[in-house]
Amino acid sequence: MRKPRELSTSGKIAAYIILSLFALFSLYPVLNVFSVSLRPGDRLLSKSLAIIPENATLQTYQQLFTREPFLRWMFNSILVSAIVTVVSVALASTAGYAFSRYRFKGRSAAMVGLITTQMFPVTMLLLPLFIMLIKIKAYDNYSGLIIAYAATALPFAIWQMKGYYDTIPYSLEEAARIDGCSEVGIFWRIVLPLAAPALVITALFSFMTAWSEYLVAAVLIQDQRLFTLPLGLKTFQSTMEVSWGLYSAGAVIVSLPVVVLFLFLSRWLISGLTLGSVKG
Amino acid sequence: MASGVGEIKVNRLAYLYTLPALTVLALVVLYPFVYNVVISFSNMNLAHFRDWRLIGFQNYLTVLKDRSFWYFFLKTVLWTALNLIFHVSIGVFLALLLNKDLKGKSFYRTILILPWAMPQYITALTWRGMFNSEYGAIPLLFERWFGISIPWMTTEWGAFTACLITNIWLGFPFMMIIALGGLQSIPDELYEAAEIDGASPWLKFRHITMPLLKPVMAPAVTLGVIWTFNNFNVVWLVSNGGEPSDTTHILVSWVYKTGFTYFRFGYAAAFSMIIFAILLIFSWNFIKRTRAVEAVY
Repeated sequence: MRKPRELSTSGKIAAYIILSLFALFSLYPVLNVFSVSLRPGDRLLSKSLAIIPENATLQTYQQLFTREPFLRWMFNSILVSAIVTVVSVALASTAGYAFSRYRFKGRSAAMVGLITTQMFPVTMLLLPLFIMLIKIKAYDNYSGLIIAYAATALPFAIWQMKGYYDTIPYSLEEAARIDGCSEVGIFWRIVLPLAAPALVITALFSFMTAWSEYLVAAVLIQDQRLFTLPLGLKTFQSTMEVSWGLYSAGAVIVSLPVVVLFLFLSRWLISGLTLGSVKG
Repeated sequence: MASGVGEIKVNRLAYLYTLPALTVLALVVLYPFVYNVVISFSNMNLAHFRDWRLIGFQNYLTVLKDRSFWYFFLKTVLWTALNLIFHVSIGVFLALLLNKDLKGKSFYRTILILPWAMPQYITALTWRGMFNSEYGAIPLLFERWFGISIPWMTTEWGAFTACLITNIWLGFPFMMIIALGGLQSIPDELYEAAEIDGASPWLKFRHITMPLLKPVMAPAVTLGVIWTFNNFNVVWLVSNGGEPSDTTHILVSWVYKTGFTYFRFGYAAAFSMIIFAILLIFSWNFIKRTRAVEAVY
């Protein structure tokens, strides 16, 4: 008898063909944008479909760093994303702990409230924020951006942290309590170190939220010197015919660190995402 | 459990732990939400920015009487349904394959979650470039292989299809990963027993895989519907703000346009509330029916 996970030879061949086709579908846009970024300036508008273009060159990358404010955008994005990451990890790790371990008034209301925020259309919060900013003439400010991003990342981050704390055995805390450890000490010295994988995932998610957000930034930031990467890259795209190469080179650089981190951490991410749902 | 420890002390700590996060959410979510409700009942627009007054349900009536609302509503439903059908079927199908004994599984898995790892706006802008009628890879491929040219970005349904393809690319890895996690928790013995009883692969899928995958997929599908229904980025960036001539919209992108291009604040606020209400009613029903949340909290 065949094992449930085993496939017949023809089944295997079919599986590999299908997986390869979908892998190609996944990979193609990435290859395409990489390919465009390597094209020399005079061949940018070529109709060639070769992945490594003729006379491949890194000149668009050079131009991106030397003649465009790309480094400034990158600095802005790193600054904003780093602060958002710190803020949301700090807030989500504590709030998630309370939701996991304590029963208190308003707990379930708050948890349902967190899910409800996912149903808000962007315009519902963006519109009042925009109007408020016009009124107090507080355009072009990162503090608004940072708070908005942290608030976007928080509901998911809190759920994620709560789900992970739920899997940490409570007996560890009991033991520490008997040994005379304070409540805050239990959280800080016992639970938090054990939750390190979840903290990493939450940090990654918060960073990605801020690193990849376009719309809120487009509304809140008008000053070109304060542009984050998404705003900057969008300016290339609006004149795609002339700066397609620049956009592509920028897209490759912006995606690379996120993609590498994501793939590297994906194993933990996957277990984190499925843990909460499987246990029911 | 926690109740064994002094109740009051525990409670106070719980508030201390949750307060910072809830304060931020109240500031950026709750307060603007309430403000939005107020605007939705007012006549605020560019002409009446500071001297606005409350006008009751008029904005809501205007939205509901507008034919373009219903048109974009149906389109959003179609958009959400098509996306979810593709996301879930492709995702579950690939997860089934990745759950088999195959060499190089983790290699394929890594490539297949690539679309999920890319920043969404880059995905959208890159696909827009690929659909460019003259130099984009997709029209060129279609011409070379099939000898046909499809008016992707110049017609309403061409642009809709372009957005759809982009979003399918973007969304199937999430469903695949969730399904894979669910599949791995199904014990092999169930399949072995079914095999002894002579069950066909379809019967095994229908009576073992599907029911056991359902509790895992239900919360993911709920989230998927909400995200897709409200997916501003892909539609807005691929169609470049609703091109051609404001036909390629779903509800959120249309609201954004009325709010931030035409500055009809009251109208846009009421419109946003209606979208929110639609999603709230849907999610509640769906969650109740599938008991999706039970597993989540």
